[in-house]
Amino acid sequence: MSSFKGAYKRMKIATKFLGEVEISEQDILTFEHGLLGLEDEKKFVILPIDADLPLAILQSVEHTEIGFVVAYPFAFKKDYSFDISEDDRDQLQIEKEEDVLTYSIVTMKETFQESTINLLAPLIVNMDKKCGKQIVLQDNKSYPLRFPMRTLEGSAK
Amino acid sequence: MLVLSRKKDESIMIGDQIEIKILAVEGEQIKIGIVAPKTVKVHRSEVFEAIQAQNREALSASSSFLEQLKKK
Repeated sequence: MSSFKGAYKRMKIATKFLGEVEISEQDILTFEHGLLGLEDEKKFVILPIDADLPLAILQSVEHTEIGFVVAYPFAFKKDYSFDISEDDRDQLQIEKEEDVLTYSIVTMKETFQESTINLLAPLIVNMDKKCGKQIVLQDNKSYPLRFPMRTLEGSAK
Repeated sequence: MLVLSRKKDESIMIGDQIEIKILAVEGEQIKIGIVAPKTVKVHRSEVFEAIQAQNREALSASSSFLEQLKKK
């Protein structure tokens, strides 16, 4: 165990799905433009779910009720790929591909089978620089707004 | 809002790099050509509205979904 404690402030936040969770200041991701329709929501953390599924939680640090289930899109659509525009790369200070994680917002329905993930507007997160953005891809058939989750194609994560 | 009248094949410049051209007018439908640098994103506004609505819908997931997952 590292004894490198105290460098970052730890804090407890109330979350929508997981109750009270302790996070470290360094876990906080800044979405400068918020999410579409939630432009004022700028501070999020990504929390793992204790389940054998390629899912996580995107939780607002400031508002408990703002919490999303997010998915690793490649687990659901193996051939999912897109380019990140130069503007977005600059904005997110992306230097290398390895720093980037992609999540898709999940619309949870009564059953897993009816639930969908948003492949049209993925969340791009630069884990190194701790910033993220919901980008909008060119509208076409490869990027459905509601892609059924039932097809768990790829390997988890 | 600035309002300009244009005929078919006429265009409008926005700044010095973006050109909006009226390609065809067919009844209620207007075909517009857009010439813009690659860095400028062009989307139909319905796309943004649909994504906003989808985000809101995703938010309405009940906090008990985790238990449902476990039950599966």
